[in-house]
Amino acid sequence: MAIVKLQRPKLNFGEKIYFGALIKGFFLTMSHAIKTLRGKSVGAESLASSGLGITMQFPEQRWDEHMPEYYRGAPALVTDEQGRERCVSCQLCEFICPPKAIKITPSEIPSDDPWAKVEKRPLEFDIDMIRCIYCGMCEEVCPEQAIYLRKDYLITGLKRADMVHDKKKLYEIGGTRVGLVNKWNELK
Amino acid sequence: MPEIIFQIAIIVTKIVILTFMVVLPLVPLSVYFERRFSAIIQDRVGPNRVGIPLTLLGFKKDFHFFGLIQPIADGLKLFLKEDFTPNHVRKAFYWMAPALTVVPALITVCVVPFGSPISIFGHSEKLVIADLDIGPLFIFSVASLSVYGITLAGWSSNSKFPFIGGVRSTAQMISYEIALGLSIIPVLMYYGDLNLSTIVQQQADHGWLLLPLWKNGHLGLPDLNTALFWFPAAIAFLIFTISIFAETNRMPFDLPECETELVGGYHTEYSSMKFAMFFMGEYAAMVIGSALIITLFLGGWSIGFGLDAWVSDLHIGDIYFGGLIHMGCFLTKLLAFILFFILVRWTVPRFRYDQLMKLGWVVFFEAALINVFLAALIVAAPQLKSVIITSGAVLLLIVTAAVIWVAKVSEDTTKVLRA
Repeated sequence: MAIVKLQRPKLNFGEKIYFGALIKGFFLTMSHAIKTLRGKSVGAESLASSGLGITMQFPEQRWDEHMPEYYRGAPALVTDEQGRERCVSCQLCEFICPPKAIKITPSEIPSDDPWAKVEKRPLEFDIDMIRCIYCGMCEEVCPEQAIYLRKDYLITGLKRADMVHDKKKLYEIGGTRVGLVNKWNELK
Repeated sequence: MPEIIFQIAIIVTKIVILTFMVVLPLVPLSVYFERRFSAIIQDRVGPNRVGIPLTLLGFKKDFHFFGLIQPIADGLKLFLKEDFTPNHVRKAFYWMAPALTVVPALITVCVVPFGSPISIFGHSEKLVIADLDIGPLFIFSVASLSVYGITLAGWSSNSKFPFIGGVRSTAQMISYEIALGLSIIPVLMYYGDLNLSTIVQQQADHGWLLLPLWKNGHLGLPDLNTALFWFPAAIAFLIFTISIFAETNRMPFDLPECETELVGGYHTEYSSMKFAMFFMGEYAAMVIGSALIITLFLGGWSIGFGLDAWVSDLHIGDIYFGGLIHMGCFLTKLLAFILFFILVRWTVPRFRYDQLMKLGWVVFFEAALINVFLAALIVAAPQLKSVIITSGAVLLLIVTAAVIWVAKVSEDTTKVLRA
């Protein structure tokens, strides 16, 4: 009952002789080649091509200005407008981090510090960029809005130790984030 | 005695220059073209980086030369790779096979005329290594030896996929060698000569076989007989070109090494320079195949349009250097045809094996055979009475119809079970 007999399409003489299709194919491939040389390939514009095909040629051309808003690059720590480091070393990011890339050594803020009421800050904050998978969970879980994924994507190093971002490097990448970032505000 | 030494010196010079400085560099060049051309067909860039790394020496900019040095880098890489010989292979043949694919292709270079004779101080020298009187036959006989390399590689590898590749190559070679040989018989009948230099010289004088638009140095329409011969010539060109594709294992017919079916075909078990030799053999065969097609059908070194005699006459003092210009023309045509080869590779999908066999045995073999008769009729027409010509034409039509009918009847009409 449920058998459907499929008929192979009947080819006419022109299709059987195959040459028409060949010529068509030549025109197709050649038109691609010519478009590529002229930098007019389909999608060349949106992919910011180098003018040859749709390829962006990396070291000369960078993604930087073509990065989408939602791009997730290297995670980094930020300070607020008064220069206070936002991180209170609650270690939530360390616990949530799926590849266990984050390692925090917490420390207490001494009582004579102007920010003594914050009580804690990280003594060391290491993110192993070899392990990091750029999932953004640290950013999502942070109650203090202290860690963000920035758009830095060229994380390179000559040895493993180079690939571990320590606290200094993380603040260097992160910089300051001015104003309250309403990540969990009522609008959302 | 010095005369002999002089002759030998000239021959050695020709071999060194034509084989090792013209044809062999064409191999990496065609690999480069293959990669760049396929890249632009697929909207990519292709290798454009490898050049002279001047920045390493403290300069501001590298020289890329459009990546033209890429093949050298590839070759170096292949030299540095481990040359691994698996334990299960038949060693002697395994080692012999790569050489057997390269050598025949390079031997066939010797009968290809690269240009018109160069004359220095009254001493005229042809730009062909061996001016044999059996040019195309020599090429066929030697080039068909290269299948031994592929077959031996497949067999000696002692594993399944290479073996299938080798067997396929043999079967393919046998099927297409016939069409290849038959298809150029009209050409040889037309010129009445098997010497490639003479064939090219005739084309330079009387118009290329596929473009007979000048005569004795003047542009002009061909006479009726020549115009009529254009049709068998075109058919011969078509069959010959496609058969050359099959002979060189190029894309629509690259069943001996199809990656999707046989992993890598006959060279699956090869690595390093042995693999590179197969690669080189394949591309050298492509270069020689293109050279042969150009020589037979597209005027060889001839510039055409009645300019050849003028070019041959160019000289500074006693040095006639027109041959070098002709050689440049030949190489230009060669590169253009290699680009055509590449275009075909990236356009036409691979044939199924039974389609390949059918195309060879049922279509091309018969077509080439009928084409021989047609060409014979046209070539002989001026000497024959009109009655004989008419009856010949009728006979030819009947034979053609019969062949087509047989091909149609013998077509496999078994129902496909998959429905």
